[in-house]
Order: sequence, then structure tokens, then C-alpha cells
Amino acid sequence: MKFNRKSKVKSNIPTASLPDIIFMLLFFFMVTTVLRLYDGLVVDLPAAKSIEKIESRRHTSYLWINYEGRMSFDDFVVNIDDGSLYKRAYNRRMETPQLMMSLKYDKKVPMGLVSLANDELRKATALIVNFATRFKK
Amino acid sequence: MLVEKRTKEVGEIPMCSMADIAFLLLVFFLVTTTISTDKGIGILLPQWGDQKDVPKKNIVNVLINAAGQVMIAGKETPIPLIEKDIRERLEAPGMRDLLIVSLKPDKDTEYDVFIEVLDQIKLSGAGRISIAEIEK
Repeated sequence: MKFNRKSKVKSNIPTASLPDIIFMLLFFFMVTTVLRLYDGLVVDLPAAKSIEKIESRRHTSYLWINYEGRMSFDDFVVNIDDGSLYKRAYNRRMETPQLMMSLKYDKKVPMGLVSLANDELRKATALIVNFATRFKK
Repeated sequence: MLVEKRTKEVGEIPMCSMADIAFLLLVFFLVTTTISTDKGIGILLPQWGDQKDVPKKNIVNVLINAAGQVMIAGKETPIPLIEKDIRERLEAPGMRDLLIVSLKPDKDTEYDVFIEVLDQIKLSGAGRISIAEIEK
């Protein structure tokens, strides 16, 4: 028995423009990526329901307070007593007028300390704040 | 005169591995990208030293003590019922835009409780929330 040979037409997918497509994707990711900026302190965030997302990470600064009361502003150790928190916040606010502060406070931090830290931010005119929380189901 | 034709040699850069290189870079960026997960309760702090006089009848005081108990306008309220209580106050005629919820935590109140209460107030739809300064 004789089989007919399949037709000899070769089907080619043109791959010449493949690098262009991949480069386009690459540039998209390069432009939209903001590499992780800060490490911060280890905090256990509280949970809430009425939360909103922070839109622009480029205009966001972070303030961490852990359960021992240690503070970190964008990875610099700061303090209320020596005014370093105020100075950092003020300088950052002068650089970025639309500054948004993301406050990552531990669950166990007493409100007395939270209030003092917020007062420093108010003095530094960093008024747009966001109390960072987890999402409560 | 015989002019010799120049041989046309075309220099080529091999392009077939270009896609591989681009893919490699792409995968790197895909892996290192972390999608923003910063979320929380947004508040606009008042300016330092900015004080306004508000008629007392527009203010509802929400006090939190060090043990995490909440009192709204002199009445103890469990945390899950705060939302309902504040909503009822907002629904009173003419109060929607005027009511100011003044949140007064104790200096030893845990931040966790404060956020729970603030969350409840936000859920009730109150637009004007003030966080009282804690006296030293």
C-alpha cells in the first residue's frame, strides 16, 4: 500500500518581530516597577475593613513603630525627643509636596506614642496620612 | 579601462538570540516586581496649632479607655455596635454634614483598639473625624 506524502508546504511563524514584542513588554515592566524601597521594622499591623489603597508609592514615605516603641522613618532610625523624626519628615515633605505618609504601627503601641508621632508629622506639615492595616475578612 | 566591481559583503549581527536576552530580562523584572500592597485607613491630619470653635451640639465624643472600653456621648458601647450608633446620629435631620466625631483615646489605649474604633466610625460613613491630642 502506498501512502500519499503530505504536502510539502512549510508553515513558518515569522519570529523576526519577536524581540520587539518582548522588548516592549520589558520596557513596560521596567517603567512600572518600583523596587522594594525600605525594609523597615518588624510590626504586627492591626486589621480593618474600611481601607483604601495607596496609589503612588513614589510619593509615599513610611514610618514604622514597633512594639518596643522604636521608630524608623524610611529606614533611618529616628526619635521624637531629639527632633530627628521632625527633621526627616520635614525634609521629605519639602522634596515631595504631595507626600503621603504610610504609618505602620504595631498593634501593641500605646496611643500616647502614636499621638506624639502624629504631632511631629503635623509640625512637619506631612498631613496626608494612612494608618496601614491588614484587610479584615 | 576595467573597473573592478566591489564585492558586497554585508556585516551581520546575529539577531536570533535577541529574543532570548529580552526574555531573560523580562523574567527578571516579572520576578522582582512586587505589586503595591500598601493599604490602610486614610486620614487628613489638622494643621499644627489650627483650632476651630465648633458648636457643642455638633460634636459626639467617643472615648476609649486604657482597657479598650468605648464610651459614646456618655454611654458605654461595645465596639461592634459603634457603626450603628454613629450612623443613627448621622441620620438625624441636618446632621450629615455637621456631625464631628471626636475620638479621644487614653494614652495607654492599644493602637489595635483605636484602629478598630476608627474603622467602625469610617464604616458608618462619618466624614468629619477628629482625633484628639493626648495630654502629656
